[in-house]
Amino acid sequence: MRNTITIAGKELAGYFVQPVAYVVLTVFILLGGWFFFAMLRQFDEMVQLVQMMGQPDTLRQMNLNTRVIDPLLHDLSVVLVIVMPALTMRVFAEEKRSGTYELLLTAPVRTGEIVAGKFLAAAAFTLVMVALAWIFPLILIVFGNPEVGVMFAGYLGLFLLALSFVAVGLFTSSLTQNQIIAAISSFGILILLFVISWPAEAGGGVVWALLKYLSLPEHFSTMTRGVIDTSDVVFFLSVVATALFLTQRSVESARWR
Amino acid sequence: MIDVKHLTKAYGSFVAVKDVSFRAEKGQILGFLGPNGAGKTTTMRIITGFMPATSGTVEIDGLDIFNNSLEARRRIGYLPENPPLYMDMRVETYLRFVAKLRGVKRAEIDGAVEHVLQVAGLTDMAGRICGQLSKGYRQRVGLAQALVHNPPVLVLDEPTIGLDPRQIHEIRELIRGLAGDRTIVLSTHILPEVSQICDKVVIINDGRVALEEMIKDIPEGTSLEEVFLHAIAREGHAESASAEETLEEMGAGHSA
Repeated sequence: MRNTITIAGKELAGYFVQPVAYVVLTVFILLGGWFFFAMLRQFDEMVQLVQMMGQPDTLRQMNLNTRVIDPLLHDLSVVLVIVMPALTMRVFAEEKRSGTYELLLTAPVRTGEIVAGKFLAAAAFTLVMVALAWIFPLILIVFGNPEVGVMFAGYLGLFLLALSFVAVGLFTSSLTQNQIIAAISSFGILILLFVISWPAEAGGGVVWALLKYLSLPEHFSTMTRGVIDTSDVVFFLSVVATALFLTQRSVESARWR
Repeated sequence: MIDVKHLTKAYGSFVAVKDVSFRAEKGQILGFLGPNGAGKTTTMRIITGFMPATSGTVEIDGLDIFNNSLEARRRIGYLPENPPLYMDMRVETYLRFVAKLRGVKRAEIDGAVEHVLQVAGLTDMAGRICGQLSKGYRQRVGLAQALVHNPPVLVLDEPTIGLDPRQIHEIRELIRGLAGDRTIVLSTHILPEVSQICDKVVIINDGRVALEEMIKDIPEGTSLEEVFLHAIAREGHAESASAEETLEEMGAGHSA
């Protein structure tokens, strides 16, 4: 446990002296801001249109949660697919390249502790990112009256989604000493998990159901609609657990190859 | 104590280390010599538990590096071929991190870090960022991290490489001073270094032990360079010659 914290502390401090992390954070928030702006504009126009047409019932049904936050969270999830691999690509690859991997693996530390420490640090950084993206709901709370609970569920979903991205990124980073390869393969896996249910849209049967179950947006959408279903939380946590287990095996494999 | 028995390491069809055995006792400094690509670094990586051997065993103070890995690793201070520095960390922060990682007690970390900074002559550099240090200083930080947990066994892969003559002298003095009741294995290309600071020499060539001999048993008037060149000239021999044979042959060569 102590070793895990030692490694997590070192890693986390590393994020804040690395330009990559700041770039990732900035791109994420700036793009988020742009999407938020676009969504609000559309919402505004729609409201005016409906008002002009004199349909008070429709007007009452329109709300910020479904019209602004829900699509915003989906856009942010796509941004995460692109930026998270950049955040995690160096985690193992750089250690291998610079030779510090020898220090880590010859220290009296279990590989599980190394992986856990690195994951915790990346998770903490991700939490900072997602927390900063709360600026958008805060603006809505100040100037409108969205449902806070629904937004909270959506953001929890975004965080869990990002955690599974981190775990996948750690895994691909542990396979190579080339950061680009780590980033691209992680990107590939994430995209695949995003579109895996596409062929299943029309069909039925066990295989299709499985593909649908594996699809990340499938579980994410439930949460952005404001539903915290245990099965979705469990799904994300199992993606994390599986990826971290594979990472641990991959790091450990240096000891039996 | 380091006990290496019948170590073999194969990468696919390429065998880097073939049936290497040697032993370094407590208090001994063992010089590990060999031409480039002889298998020195591979052997040291196996000794420190970084990679497993294809066959053979390594014992650190009686603990198997593979089966009793954590305990064995706790006893080792290792300076790899390239100093394993985090280039964006400050020297002191880095050493504190390594100290914690190697299990130095919380209360003793300050003292341990201060001590190695002093020993490696880094006190003035404590606040510098590793990436901005010169090669010589990086090497010293590498040495400092190997010492920070006061290990009974030290494995140093070319500790004096990249240093200027004065620093080389300092580091040698430092290593000699460290011996005491430690076991030290160091690899080097510099032959005089071995005769100056080592108690024992192991020469490997093409992955095999070509010579294992106490420095004091090398006859007077025979330079280590002669011994080295002679030992590695026996390339291709299936069985490595015993030290006596090598030395005898050399003696014969001289008289003939």
